Amino acid sequence: MKRLFNFNLPPLLSVGPAALFLTVFFIAPFAIIAVYSLMEADPFGGVRRAFSADAYIQFLFTRDWDGNLQFDLSYLNIFWRSFALAAGATVLCLAAAFPAAYYIATQPRRRRGLLLLLITVPFWANLLVRTYCWVLILRDSGLVNGWLIAFDLISTPLPLMYTDGAILVGLTYTYLPFMALPIYASLEKTDWRLIEASRDLYAGHRQTLARVVFPLARPGVIAGCIMVFIPSLGAFIAPSLLGGGRNLMIGSLIQLQFSSSRNWPFGAASALILLAFVLLLLYLWRRRSGRDGRDDGESIW
Amino acid sequence: MIELQDISKSFGADVVALKHVSFTVAENEFFTLLGPSGCGKTTLLRIIAGFEFTDSGDVLLDGGDIAQLPPEKRPVNTVFQNYALFPHMNVLQNVAFGMEMRGIERVEAADSARRMLSQVMLDDFAERFPAQLSGGQQQRVALARALINRPRVLLLDEPLSALDFKLRKTMRIELKRLQRDTGITFIFVTHDQEEALALSDRIAVMRDGEVRQIGAPMDVYEKPADRFVADFIGETNFLAGRVEAGGGDGTGDGAGDSTGGDSSRVNSLRVTLGDGSTVTARSQNANAADLRGAVTLAIRPERVALSAAATPGGVAGAIDEVVYQGNTTRYQITLQSGDRIAALETNAAAATAQFAAGDRVGARFEPQSLWVLQE
Repeated sequence: MKRLFNFNLPPLLSVGPAALFLTVFFIAPFAIIAVYSLMEADPFGGVRRAFSADAYIQFLFTRDWDGNLQFDLSYLNIFWRSFALAAGATVLCLAAAFPAAYYIATQPRRRRGLLLLLITVPFWANLLVRTYCWVLILRDSGLVNGWLIAFDLISTPLPLMYTDGAILVGLTYTYLPFMALPIYASLEKTDWRLIEASRDLYAGHRQTLARVVFPLARPGVIAGCIMVFIPSLGAFIAPSLLGGGRNLMIGSLIQLQFSSSRNWPFGAASALILLAFVLLLLYLWRRRSGRDGRDDGESIW
Repeated sequence: MIELQDISKSFGADVVALKHVSFTVAENEFFTLLGPSGCGKTTLLRIIAGFEFTDSGDVLLDGGDIAQLPPEKRPVNTVFQNYALFPHMNVLQNVAFGMEMRGIERVEAADSARRMLSQVMLDDFAERFPAQLSGGQQQRVALARALINRPRVLLLDEPLSALDFKLRKTMRIELKRLQRDTGITFIFVTHDQEEALALSDRIAVMRDGEVRQIGAPMDVYEKPADRFVADFIGETNFLAGRVEAGGGDGTGDGAGDSTGGDSSRVNSLRVTLGDGSTVTARSQNANAADLRGAVTLAIRPERVALSAAATPGGVAGAIDEVVYQGNTTRYQITLQSGDRIAALETNAAAATAQFAAGDRVGARFEPQSLWVLQE
């Protein structure tokens, strides 16, 4: 059959620009990181041209005074903390974004555009500035504590800053739109007669939500979770500003290695370990959903 | 059994969907709401299902008012126009959904669902997903999904309209069979008059949010209440006439002469046509004997008998056009009075065309089928 619209450029022209872009801005830096992670650290920053697996060893072990390797959990703990906080932020985003996305999807078509625009409003201001605003809200003399004291609910400020809670709030705030938009995209395609059918078949509001609306929004939910979880795992602005120095997340750890700690190989190695961890998670999830015989999110991948 | 009392409904300020609609549907009845799109028939169905609420009026089911109940609390199920099958569930899960939601054990629900599937001849399709089924199969899943709950009333919203012509005819028979086998009351919405006539025990003909006539298919076809019903169901010729003083011969031929057991009196009238010829017509108006002045006559094309112009007793006219249609031949005629009518002759025996275009003929109207309509 002859196609009505034919957009067949020669392969070099069609894939070429994207391939070139990815090579220059993704594969090349990636290769540099991989190479750096296997070199010796220069105490003044940068690397020495000598092979060393120290960066990877350092991740799990410390050298005691005698030079013996001892198993050390501190970096793994940072990993675990990052994982838990990213997971927490994902759950909070989902809880906040799903009702919002549902609300927008059920509005008249003309209003939806405006509401979607409002969701993207935060992107118009710099993330660093927006995260600093949370400092103003959460610090001891900040908005929350100020009000609580003004209304005599507390006498001394609550320690809100530099806590895991503060990081969680920051992450949730930062990535909320990335959850709302894909869920909206899924819900928007929903055939609302299915909801009537569900109600007609004796399902109440809650059962309809659990058995019909949510499953139909599943591809969007999964895409949203991935788009929130992965960047949260590597985030460093919110953890650095709101978590302070004591509560490191993996993103801040990596950032530190390239700045004040001047240990580029260890920073590069941490980045690669994080990447490997994310890929492993995605692989496990794909395998699990493959076994279910479903093709969740297939359309998005 | 289900009774609608004086239902009114409007959307916004200026869209009136239903105006004072009342009727009662009996147990085991196949009841059809028939009308053109926008006549309010689907709104009425949605009110019974619980998807819309009335502005005024009651919906009584077995004597209890259900007008304020949410859909999940009504023993009523719906077959949606495009089936609305859950795309993320397989056929079995779709069919078992209603039972599970009513708290029946998963295993038991699945068993019932399998039995139901075999009743609609879909035994082998339990594990399929809706997207893997043809239109006719989806239709049967939708029926099974609703019928498994043994609702007091099954609502069907143009369920056959998405099917192709052949399948529609097959499904019509199957629908009737399912209704007879299950003994469930069906309320069926359609704009297809042929479908309505073939399936229904009774038909309510609707227009602009009002019920214009309720009756058995034969009643609605043979004794249309008004011009709209006559025109919408089947094909009808309309003729202008006058009832002169003393036109009513006063001989009511009474009730029970036609099917349906309608108790309204049927009166005979002499009506004068435009060319001065007179015909005998009937009226369902109880006061027809007092009727005077301009009236409209209605007659079905197949009730017009044609004869050669010389035959006495016919209304004179000339044939404009002859269309041979295989089992029937259709004549387009202009009467001397100026009225243009169609006549349908059955080709029961092998025949050559009886008349040709330009022939002068006499048209005779069977008095039992010539109606004086209320405007």
